[in-house]
Amino acid sequence: MAESILKVKNLNVKLENEEIIKGLSFEVKKGDVLTILGPNGAGKTVLLKTLLRLLPYRGEIHWLPEIKIGYVPQRLPFIKDIPMNVREFFELKKASGKEIKEILDSVGFEENFLNKKIGELSSGQFQRILVAWALIRNPDVLLFDEPTTGIDIGGEETIYGLLAKLREERNLTILLVTHDLSVVFKFSDYVICLNKCPICQGIPKEVLTLENLSKLYGEEVKFYEHHRH
Amino acid sequence: MLSKRMALVAGPLGHLTLPGIALALIYGFDVSLGAFPFVILGIILIWLFEMRTKLPMEALTAIVFSAGVAIAFLFLPIEQAETALVGDITELSLKEVIITAIFCLLVFFVIKKIYPQIILINISEDIARAEKINVKKYNFLYLGAIAVIVALGVKMVGGLLTAALVAIPAATARNLSKNLFQFSLSGLLLGMISSFLGIFLFKIMGFPAGPLIILMAAFFFLVSLIFKKI
Repeated sequence: MAESILKVKNLNVKLENEEIIKGLSFEVKKGDVLTILGPNGAGKTVLLKTLLRLLPYRGEIHWLPEIKIGYVPQRLPFIKDIPMNVREFFELKKASGKEIKEILDSVGFEENFLNKKIGELSSGQFQRILVAWALIRNPDVLLFDEPTTGIDIGGEETIYGLLAKLREERNLTILLVTHDLSVVFKFSDYVICLNKCPICQGIPKEVLTLENLSKLYGEEVKFYEHHRH
Repeated sequence: MLSKRMALVAGPLGHLTLPGIALALIYGFDVSLGAFPFVILGIILIWLFEMRTKLPMEALTAIVFSAGVAIAFLFLPIEQAETALVGDITELSLKEVIITAIFCLLVFFVIKKIYPQIILINISEDIARAEKINVKKYNFLYLGAIAVIVALGVKMVGGLLTAALVAIPAATARNLSKNLFQFSLSGLLLGMISSFLGIFLFKIMGFPAGPLIILMAAFFFLVSLIFKKI
């Protein structure tokens, strides 16, 4: 049995007097992909930020000591206001030239990409750059917050393919936030359905029943099974 | 210099210096020295304002600007109003110039040191904090550096125009730059060239130097719009 990398017990998050997350407990094993699934506004992004200790909370969050965490935020709206190229963005994290080249290569960019202006990248390219940025200094865990809109067509397909590849190569544990069911079936070992209160959690095939999904998204969900890999 | 936030902060700070400048002119001491306590007051105000309210910084600018002008004109003789508002470069002594240069160098090295952290905080406080950057500490250093620059700037272009001296070269540089290196270098050069040309024009035309410097900066900004890629 793989060791536990994160234990969360009875987590409660309250922001400006509104309860965002209520009574959530779960555990993440080393090497697993955990998906947090839920509609918009369900508290998924808040959960990731709380795990990073960016927000106040009640309850317990125990990471394995000395663990290194990489964080891919949902979006960075202000970055386009700053004239900056890809190389400089990586240098903010004090990455060496060699390290930058290796990481760019592993997310599928050529070296000449370094001189591209961040503001001129497509949303899909920018997302891959964010993943690469999070991977600098070899984290053990990657927290990935999926953007709800604005990724170019085909982009979503490649980003999950890329995450699967990186997980193999780097022995990563991944916590990812999504509202997309197909991602859960294809890609994850464990799922937490969150709509402020935890609705269900477990192995996707077992817990993503029509009943649970209706609870998660409301009654309107049409359930269709995906190919199981 | 760095960002939109900086330009917004420089506005209220610049205007707040007016009462300080007024005091300095009346009692005949160094203008920057008079301005400095008010800049410190300004930093505390901005800090409280950001902590306690969700109003945009523009609201603070408007309030502080009118209050600053009102207080200054309560007791400042009208003949000296021009110096307070747009500066008077002829009043500068060699000693003052040297002190100003030393402070400028100091600010330059501080900013150079904290630049990566400040840029990251400007991109997103979340990722900065996830990177274990002490956001409060760096914001404080950043504000402090702006405060010193504003206090020095009032000598040259006065309380009314200091915000423009800080903001316009940066805006021009942003239009012209493809990366951070070009951005900081061209911002620096544009500020220097505008000041130099402004003072040069003052020598030959005799108009006050402060407004001429700002006009030169504004001229370069207009030119940069032509080159800006859409």
